Amino acid sequence: MSLFDYTLKELQEKLHNKEITVSDLVQASYDRINEVDGEVQAFLTLNEEKAKQQAKELDEKLGSDASILYGMPLGLKDNIVTKGLRTTCASQMLDNLNDPLYDATVVQKLNAENTVTIGKLNMDEFAMGSSTENSSYQNTRNPWNTDYVPGGSSGGAAASVAANEVFFSLGSDTGGSIRQPAAFCGVVGLKPTYGLVSRFGLVAFASSLDQIGPITKTVEDNAHLLQAIVGHDPMDSTSANVEVPDYSAAFKEGVKGLRIAVPKEYLAEGIDPEVKEAVLTALKQYEALGATWDEVSLPHSKYAVAAYYLLASSEASANLARFDGVRYGKRTEKKVDMIDMFKESRAEGFGDEVKRRIMLGTFALSSGYYDAYYKKSQKVRTLIKNDFEKIFNEYDVVIGPTTPNTSI
Amino acid sequence: MADISKEQVKHVANLARLALTDEEVDTFTKHLGDIINYAELLNELDTDNVEPTTHVLDLKNVLRKDEPKEWIKKEDALKNAPDQKDGQFRVPSILE
Repeated sequence: MSLFDYTLKELQEKLHNKEITVSDLVQASYDRINEVDGEVQAFLTLNEEKAKQQAKELDEKLGSDASILYGMPLGLKDNIVTKGLRTTCASQMLDNLNDPLYDATVVQKLNAENTVTIGKLNMDEFAMGSSTENSSYQNTRNPWNTDYVPGGSSGGAAASVAANEVFFSLGSDTGGSIRQPAAFCGVVGLKPTYGLVSRFGLVAFASSLDQIGPITKTVEDNAHLLQAIVGHDPMDSTSANVEVPDYSAAFKEGVKGLRIAVPKEYLAEGIDPEVKEAVLTALKQYEALGATWDEVSLPHSKYAVAAYYLLASSEASANLARFDGVRYGKRTEKKVDMIDMFKESRAEGFGDEVKRRIMLGTFALSSGYYDAYYKKSQKVRTLIKNDFEKIFNEYDVVIGPTTPNTSI
Repeated sequence: MADISKEQVKHVANLARLALTDEEVDTFTKHLGDIINYAELLNELDTDNVEPTTHVLDLKNVLRKDEPKEWIKKEDALKNAPDQKDGQFRVPSILE
């Protein structure tokens, strides 16, 4: 049995029983990376020297009150800012951002739990894509079959956990970017409720949708990691000031009496029969454990992708305006005036997909089109939200396949 | 159906501060047209009396006290700059 087959709780017990050390865990991560990352290509930057030093220190000061994440090696998607550790968003625009100035709030929170950052993980450039093939550096491969993609945009974050390179990772999800790669790689990925996790230090893509979330091997571990990163943050004005529940406590309750809604639109045409079968098998299992389920309708589902694409691209075009070659990031070598310096730097720094979305978003927000595209999409989003609110009046959860197909 | 012209694409590229090659102008003219035509799907819905949703939280006017506090030092703020001079970011000349 490999160390990577244990849950966080089991590993913590082994640490306290002196069966293993933090240095063993960190060494196991780097050994595995050396062994398989040439093929999986999940990592963009490694933090080896500092991580090993930190592991030694943690071994010396391990106390009986250590948190469940103490000494655990993790990976971070490369759009989560890390002080002094290169952060690129997998873009040539930030290729030279070797010395970021601060840690994202989630990184500060994990540091306080004494986790060990192993390195930064590949992604679709600025989180735009769903295969990690839009990275400007490398194509991450699906560890289960390296002819297949890991999904995206958090493809490195999902693949690194599936490949046993780290014990868990953090990704970010705007329109499926944690959930879809987690599904493709067979690991547990969660997009937390908007506002639950601070986005301070997450490089912004679409601000009305972005959330940071955990990727783990088990649901239990996912809850532990979520617990560590949630909470109100004055540095993020969209952070929700709400009471945080004890997520682990929910494990004791089981699913008896849980009311499950299954939208018929999620199991309709286009779904792989194998995926549909897997969902139905899970529902039977929940039923056997005491839950009930009904088929329901979310009638505006078919409009979600169009509305999402316009909203996300519009917001991206505004957020990515900050990359101007002045304060950090790429600046063109061409001798041009200031406006052309902006234009050429951005042309050289951004890849095709990022340019396409900036163009679409700028168009949708431009004079004469704002109402027809951006505002219209926001209104359609209200209709979609109303669909869900209606369902949640009668049901506890909505269940469906994460993706209509498995990886390709 | 909305068609997008090359001129519109060039106009938008200028607004977005993106230098495009002629080839890219052609590609984006087609891609933007395709996406916009797909988005016409949304016009099936009557949204006249629907309020737009900015995000899912019921938050308004999040303010903090206007107090000075320690943040990034000037030399730190400058250390990732492509060009700097005399403690400031330097950009190409904007005056003749």
